[in-house]
Amino acid sequence: MTMLSLLRRFLPPFRNKAIVGTICKVVEVIFDLLTPMIVARMIDAGVAAHDMALVVRLGALLVLLAVVGYGFTFVCQRLAATVSQGMGTDIRNALYAKVGELGAADLDRFGTPSLVTRVTNDVNQVQVAIAMGIRMLIRWPFIAIGSIVAAMSIDLRLGAVLAVCAVSIALVFWVVMSRSIPLFRAIQEKLDGISRIARENLEGVRVVRAFGREEHEDERFVSASRDQADTSIAVGKLSALLNPSTYLIMNLGVVAILWAGSVRIDAGSLTQGEVIAFVNYMTQVLVSIGYVANLVVVFTRGSASATRIMEVLNTSPEVAEASDAVELPAAPAPGTPALSFENVSFTYGGQSAALGNVSFALAPGETLGIIGGTGSGKSTLSALCTRLYDPTQGIIRVNGVDIRHARLDSLRKTVSSVPQRASLLSGTIRSNLSWRKLEASDDELWQALATAQAQDFVREKEGGLDAPVEAGGVNFSGGQRQRLTIARALVGSPQVIVLDDAASALDYATDARLRHALKELSDRPTTVVISQRVAAVMGSDQILVLDHGQMAGLGTHDELVRTCPIYREICLSQLKAEEVDN
Amino acid sequence: MANLYSGSALSGGSMAVIKNDGPDDDARQASALVGEHYTAREVMRRLLAYMGPSKPLLVLGFVASAVSVALQLWVPIIIGEAIDCMVEAGSVNFAALRGPLTRLAMVIPLVALGQWVSTTCTNRLSYETIRALRDDSFRVLKGLPLSFFDTHPHGDLLARIAGDVDQVGDGLLQGLTQLFSGIMTIVGTLVFMCSLSVPVALVVMALTPLSILVASQIAKRSSASFAAQQALQGQLGGYAEETISNQRLITSFSQSERCQKRFEDINAKLFVAGEHAQFVSSLTNPSTRIVNNIIYAVVAVVGCLCVVTGQPSPLSVGQVQSFLSYSNQYMKPFNEISGVVTQLQAALASARRVFALLDAPREEPDAADAIELVDCTGDLDFRQVDFSYQPSRPLLRDITFHAAPGQRIALVGPTGCGKTTLINLLLRFYDLKGGSIRIDGHDIAQCSRKSLRGAFGMVLQDTWLFSGTVRENIRYGRPDATDEQVEEAARRAHAHKFIVQLPQGYDTMVGEGGGALSQGQRQLLCIARVMLTDPSILLLDEATSSIDTRTELQVQDAFDRMMEGRTSLVVAHRLSTVRNADCILVMQDGVISERGTHEELLEQGGFYAHLYASQWEGMG
Repeated sequence: MTMLSLLRRFLPPFRNKAIVGTICKVVEVIFDLLTPMIVARMIDAGVAAHDMALVVRLGALLVLLAVVGYGFTFVCQRLAATVSQGMGTDIRNALYAKVGELGAADLDRFGTPSLVTRVTNDVNQVQVAIAMGIRMLIRWPFIAIGSIVAAMSIDLRLGAVLAVCAVSIALVFWVVMSRSIPLFRAIQEKLDGISRIARENLEGVRVVRAFGREEHEDERFVSASRDQADTSIAVGKLSALLNPSTYLIMNLGVVAILWAGSVRIDAGSLTQGEVIAFVNYMTQVLVSIGYVANLVVVFTRGSASATRIMEVLNTSPEVAEASDAVELPAAPAPGTPALSFENVSFTYGGQSAALGNVSFALAPGETLGIIGGTGSGKSTLSALCTRLYDPTQGIIRVNGVDIRHARLDSLRKTVSSVPQRASLLSGTIRSNLSWRKLEASDDELWQALATAQAQDFVREKEGGLDAPVEAGGVNFSGGQRQRLTIARALVGSPQVIVLDDAASALDYATDARLRHALKELSDRPTTVVISQRVAAVMGSDQILVLDHGQMAGLGTHDELVRTCPIYREICLSQLKAEEVDN
Repeated sequence: MANLYSGSALSGGSMAVIKNDGPDDDARQASALVGEHYTAREVMRRLLAYMGPSKPLLVLGFVASAVSVALQLWVPIIIGEAIDCMVEAGSVNFAALRGPLTRLAMVIPLVALGQWVSTTCTNRLSYETIRALRDDSFRVLKGLPLSFFDTHPHGDLLARIAGDVDQVGDGLLQGLTQLFSGIMTIVGTLVFMCSLSVPVALVVMALTPLSILVASQIAKRSSASFAAQQALQGQLGGYAEETISNQRLITSFSQSERCQKRFEDINAKLFVAGEHAQFVSSLTNPSTRIVNNIIYAVVAVVGCLCVVTGQPSPLSVGQVQSFLSYSNQYMKPFNEISGVVTQLQAALASARRVFALLDAPREEPDAADAIELVDCTGDLDFRQVDFSYQPSRPLLRDITFHAAPGQRIALVGPTGCGKTTLINLLLRFYDLKGGSIRIDGHDIAQCSRKSLRGAFGMVLQDTWLFSGTVRENIRYGRPDATDEQVEEAARRAHAHKFIVQLPQGYDTMVGEGGGALSQGQRQLLCIARVMLTDPSILLLDEATSSIDTRTELQVQDAFDRMMEGRTSLVVAHRLSTVRNADCILVMQDGVISERGTHEELLEQGGFYAHLYASQWEGMG
C-alpha cells in the first residue's frame, strides 16, 4: 500500500512514459501468445494439405512477429529504464532533502546507518521493483492467463486441465516460498550473528586472550555456525521441492492432454496441431509462473523498502521554522542579554529530564563556563542553542528574541557551535572552513586559524588552505581536527559561540593560548565554554555547574569554591588543595 | 585533568595505537594473505578433503543429476511419438498410444525424483562444507600471533570468514553441479536431436552461436555500464554516509542546502549511468528471445518441409514437435553456463583467500615444559628490554625497571612513545627482541601463555564488550562467579548505580546492537570485569580516560583497595591518576628518560616537570 502512495507522489512526471511502456509490453505478449496458434496452423493447414507455400508464409509471419515484438520490447525496456531510474533519482533527492530537515531527535530515532540505507539501498530496491513492474508484471501474468484463455478458446475442457495445472503449480510456489522466505531472513540474521562474533573476536583479541577465553569463543562461534548451517539445510530441503514438483505437475498435465486430446482427435473435434499448441501453452504457463513467483519476491522487498522510505518522507520535523519567523537583530538592545536561558528543561522522549530548570543570562562578550560530570546534560545544553532540539519547557533568547521565533538561518548565523566530536567533511581545508561564509577571503580564514591555534600546521601542509581533507578528517590528528572545527566556527564573526568540550584533545598550553586568543578578539563573541577541565572554565565571567541535568551552582570560580560542594569536589579531583583555595 | 597530549583523545583503541608506533606497511603484510599461489587443482583437492564424510553425497548428487537430465531429454521424444499416434479423426491408434503414455507416466516421476535427490545432496554438501570451512577459519584465529590482527584490516578478515566462505559453497559446489547438468543437457540434446534428424539438428546447431553471440555482446556492454553505475552508487553512498552521520553539524551550520546541491549533482550522474546500465542489461532477455523465436520459426518451417517432402530427411509431425521443444530448452544451459563460469572464478578466488587465512603462519606454541605460573606475588622485573615492530625502526630500547609486590608503577610520555607496547610485551602478545621480563623470577618466555595471562587483570582504553547481557560481560573473566559476586564487583567499580537504571538492569543487552552506553559507562563495565577476577598484577592502559574526574577518583580508590599488597602498572594521560604512584617512569622515544616519585621528578625539573607545569600556563 505504501508502494502505491510512493507511486502516487513520484510517478506523475513519468506517467505517459509508463503507460506507453506498458502498452508496448502488452503488444509483445500478444505476439508471443499467437506463436503456438500459428505453429498449430502450420501443421493442420500446411502439413496436412502439403501446402509448403503456406508453411513458409506462416514461418515468415513468425519471424515478422518476433522482429516487430522485439521493436516493441526495445521501446518498453528503454521507457522502463527512464521511468524507474528517474523516479529513483527523484525519490533519492526528496529523501535526502528530508533528512536535511530532520531535527536531532528524529535523527536519533532513525539512526545514521538506517537513514543511509534508506537513501541508498531502499531506493534501489524500489527502483528495481518499478522497473520489473513495467517490464515483467505485465508480461508474465499476462502470458500465464493468456495461455490458459487461448487454450480454453480451442477446447474448453482441455483448457480446464491447463488451468488446473496452473493453479496447482502456483500453489506449490506459494507453499514453498511462503515457508522459505521467512527462513531466508532467519539465515541472514544468523549469518549476521556469526559475523558479529567474528568481529568481536578480531577487535577484542587482546581481551579474549588476556582472560584466556579462546576455547569459549570457539564454542560460541561453532554453535552459531552449526545453527546457521542447520537452518540453511532446512531451507534447502524445502526449496529442493520446487522444481521437481512443478515439473511433475506440468508433465502429468501433458500426459492428460495427450490422452484426452487423442480421444477428441479421433472424434474429429480437435486437430493434431491444436494438441501441439496445448503442449506448448503448458510450457509457457510453467515458465511464466516461475517468473511471477520471482516478481512476488521483488515486490515484497520493494514494498518493505517503500514503507521505510515513506516513513522518513512522512516525518514532520520536530524543529521547524515558524511562518512568522523574524531575522535576529544584529545586536541586543542595551541592557538585554546576548544569550539567556529562562527555566529551560529538556527531556529525551519520556526519560527523566536531561536538563531541568536551567537559567542564566550572558551580556554581550561575556563568557560562561559549564562544568559537570559525564551525563550531566552539558552537551544537551549546547544542542539547544542552535535548535537541534527545542526545550521541553522554558525559553531561550538570543539578542532578546525567543529563538523559536527566529529564522533558522539567522539563528545559526548568529550562534556558532563547536561540537564535542570534531568532524570534518571530505574536501579541502578551505571548503571546511567556509561553511559559515562561502565568500570568506583568505585573510579571514587565516585569521580564524590563528585564533584557533591552527595556523602553524595548516601552513606546513602542502597546498595550505587548499590542502585536501579526507572523509572524517582522518588525515589530521585529533587535536588538529579540533582546532580546525574551532576555526570553522569563528569564520564570519559569530555573535555567540558555544564550545562543547572542544579542546579536550589539546594540551594545556595550547588550550590556554586558545582561550587567551578568543578573549583578545576585537569583536569578542559571547562565549559558552563546556568542559570537564576546571582550568578551562575557572577564568570565565560565570560558571554553571551541572549535576545530572540540574543546576548545582552558578557564579564565579571564587564564589563556587566556597559555596558549591560539587564544584569544590571537581576542583579537588583535578588540582591540589592549595591550588583550589588560591 | 584531561589528556595532556594533543591527538591522543581520539586514538581509539589498539589498532590506532599500533598504527602510531607500529608497522605501517599494512598493505604489504595483507597482500601476503592473497593466496594466489594455490592452483585450481590444489584448491579443489583441499575442498574435497573438507567434504569428508559427505563425499558420497557428491557422487550421489552427480549420478542423480545425470539420470534426471537424460530422462528429461527423452520426454519430448516420447511426447512426439504420442502425437504421431493421433494424426486424424477416426484414425487414432489407441493401442500404439498406450506405449508412449505409459513410458511418460514412468519417466516423469523419475525425472522429478532425480532432480530432488541431486538438489538435496548438493545443498547438504555445500552447507556442511561451508560450516566446516567456516569453523576452521575461525578456529585458526586463536593460534595466530597478535601482530597478525594488528597488521591485517579486520574488515578483510571478516569478509573471508563470512562472505568468502559462503561464496565457496555457492559458487564452487552449486556452480559445479549446475555446470555439470548444463553440459549434460547440451550434449544430451545434441544426441537426441541427431537421433531424430541430422540435417535439422545441424540447422539448430548452426543457428545457436547467434544467440550466444548476442547474449555475450550484451553482457559485455552491460558489465561496463554496471561498473560505471556501481562507482557512482559508491560515491553517492559515501557522500550520504558522510553527511548524514554529520547531520547535526550540518544543520547547526545551515549547510543542508549546500549538501543537497552536491548530492543532486552526483545523483544526476547516477541517473544517466543507471538508466543506461539498466536499459542495456534489460535487453538481454528480449534479445536472446528474438533469436530463439527466429530459430523456432526456422525449425518449424524446416521441420514441416521434412514432413511434407521427406527432404532433407523424413520426419513425423510428432518429431517436429520434439524438435521445437528441444530448440526451446537447448538455449537455456548456454546462458546459465556463462553465468556459472564467472561464479566459479569468483568462488575460486574466494577459496584461495580462505585457504590463505587457514595457512597463515601460527604463533609458536608453548614449550612442552612451559612453567605454569600459580599464586603469583607480582614481582615484576624488566631487564634491558628491546623491542620493535619493524627491524628498521627500533621502538623500545634498554627498558629496565623493577616493581616489587605491592608497588604502583606509572608510565607517562607522549603518544607513540611505546607505553602500550610494554603491556603487549608483558602479556606476550608480542615477543621481545632482546632482554627479558621476569615475573616472580620466571622468564615470561618460558611460562605458558595461559597461566601468564591469568596472573594479570587488564583494562584498556579501548572498551571491548561482546554482545550479551551486562551480567555476562562482567562475568567474562570468571565464568563461575555468582550473581552476588558480579553485583559486588559492579558496586566496587561504581557501575552498579547506572546498571540498575538500565531498562533490564543486569540483563540489559550491551555490545554491538545492544543499548547505547556512553564510553565512560563502558569503561566502568570493563573495570567491573577486572574487579571480579582478582588478579595478581593490574594493568591499566588509559582505563579511566572517559570517566569524569570525580568518579575516576572513586574508582581509583576501589582499585587501590583491591590491589593492596599487589602490583599495578598504570598508563595514563591525566597526571592526577599518576601522582600517587610509587614510581613514575617517563618514556620518550622508546627509552626511560626519567624515573622517580612525583615530587622527585618535579625537583629534577625535566620533561615531567615541564608537562606538569604546562597545565597551569596561562590559566585564568
